[in-house]
Amino acid sequence: MFDDFFTRALIAGIGISLVTGPLGCFVVWRRLSFFAGTLAHSALLGVTMALFFEINIAFSVFVISAVLAILLLQLQKKTNLPNDALLGLLAHSSLAVGLVVVGFLTSIRFDVMALLFGDILAVNQNDLLVIWLGGGLILIVLKLIWKPLFASTVNYELSEAEGMKPDKFNAIFTILTAALIAISIKIVGLLLITGMLIIPAATARNVSNNPKQMVIFSIIFGLISVLAGLFTSLKINSASGPSIITATLLLFILSLIKFKKVSDLKK
Amino acid sequence: MENKNKKILLKVENASYYLNDKALIKEVSLEVKQGEIVTLIGPNGSGKSTTAKIALGIYKKIEGRVRRFTERIGYVPQKVSVDWTLPIRVIDFMTLTEDLKNDQINVALNLTGVAHLKNKSLGNLSGGEFQRVLIARAIAKKPELLVLDEPVQGVDFKGEIALYELIKKISEKLNCGILLISHDLHVVMSATDFVLCLNGHVCCSGKPHSVVKDEKYKELFGDRASNILSLYEHEHDHSHSADGSIDPKK
Repeated sequence: MFDDFFTRALIAGIGISLVTGPLGCFVVWRRLSFFAGTLAHSALLGVTMALFFEINIAFSVFVISAVLAILLLQLQKKTNLPNDALLGLLAHSSLAVGLVVVGFLTSIRFDVMALLFGDILAVNQNDLLVIWLGGGLILIVLKLIWKPLFASTVNYELSEAEGMKPDKFNAIFTILTAALIAISIKIVGLLLITGMLIIPAATARNVSNNPKQMVIFSIIFGLISVLAGLFTSLKINSASGPSIITATLLLFILSLIKFKKVSDLKK
Repeated sequence: MENKNKKILLKVENASYYLNDKALIKEVSLEVKQGEIVTLIGPNGSGKSTTAKIALGIYKKIEGRVRRFTERIGYVPQKVSVDWTLPIRVIDFMTLTEDLKNDQINVALNLTGVAHLKNKSLGNLSGGEFQRVLIARAIAKKPELLVLDEPVQGVDFKGEIALYELIKKISEKLNCGILLISHDLHVVMSATDFVLCLNGHVCCSGKPHSVVKDEKYKELFGDRASNILSLYEHEHDHSHSADGSIDPKK
């Protein structure tokens, strides 16, 4: 089953866009796009670790991202630096360390470009399993914590006061984001996974007026982008990640036109 | 109405809160029981909102002890900013921390006079409308403890009185305890069971009519403030019977 590399890529891409849709909405709502980007940058280090110790890439990326998230929380407490400076520090230093380590892995044939921008040829059956099982797990957890997470997204103090325990669910959300990056690196690439999270959600924002609607549109736009991007990639031999993200951008531009029309009608 | 066995809902004992080594409040103690309205008054920066947030467990690094004896809590914060990136309607906001049936939502929105805004975006409401939605949300879940931080700010004059009457009615109907922060001394003195006058610490506290006579209260709010109660009592030398006719007080 799934012998054809392109079928595998499609199935992987569909699996990922089902998860990036809802998770991306939360990333946009909580203004965490730079945070997600930082986690993604650290993924290179995770991949090199995986190759070095010969362990599963998704698992290693997940561990490194989670460590980075904890590190960030500690730095926030112990320094007076603003959040964006800390995120920039972690993003670029972990990317740099990752690239330095890659240099030493001379014994392994290693395609950095595929890692940065995604490679549909690289998806094997094992990856499909990781994506669908991991993605399913992420979605189940997200569904379970939806209410308290959403409450704390809308207003931290309200949710704390009314017993929704926002700190706990914010932490779980961070772990989910790390897990998503871990499973989607191969398809979209680590430089572009943030785009996959944010752009469909941003597009959905333009055409929705309530949270559930935005999540549904975000999933739909993600799916369309993955399909369009992968077929284009096959046709003109472009890298899969950039093709998918370009498709999300086109949808975003289309949504602006729609958005304008809707607001015109309201006048 | 005096009942010594009323359940205690909230107990704050000698709570102090420091921010960058500066005490925002010092050794504040208070207690809210079922069916009771406790009001915090005091000048700007006197620690009223801080006290409320400590009571609610939003600020955790405190000295002293806070105990809440209920999990059914409704909170109307002083400031709520909802991000425009979040498309959220009034109806979505109403069920933020509690699953409510449609008619429960309708009843609460009707009580605060904003049922017509149910499907509107939260971002498009005026300040006063949003305040009414906030109150509706807090009471819709039928809380045992309500914490209201200047709940009628930005509401028009007529609405202000109606909302305070509603709050009083709710405390009786739901038999819930209310911790109220208000600048409106008229309301405080007429509708409250217990008043704490804050200025970083508890200046004075007690039943409204004893607090207004306190020297410290006069110092904090000026002599005119102590006439409020007499004014209020004078204004209401009669009561209204069910059909609206005036009954002279005995």
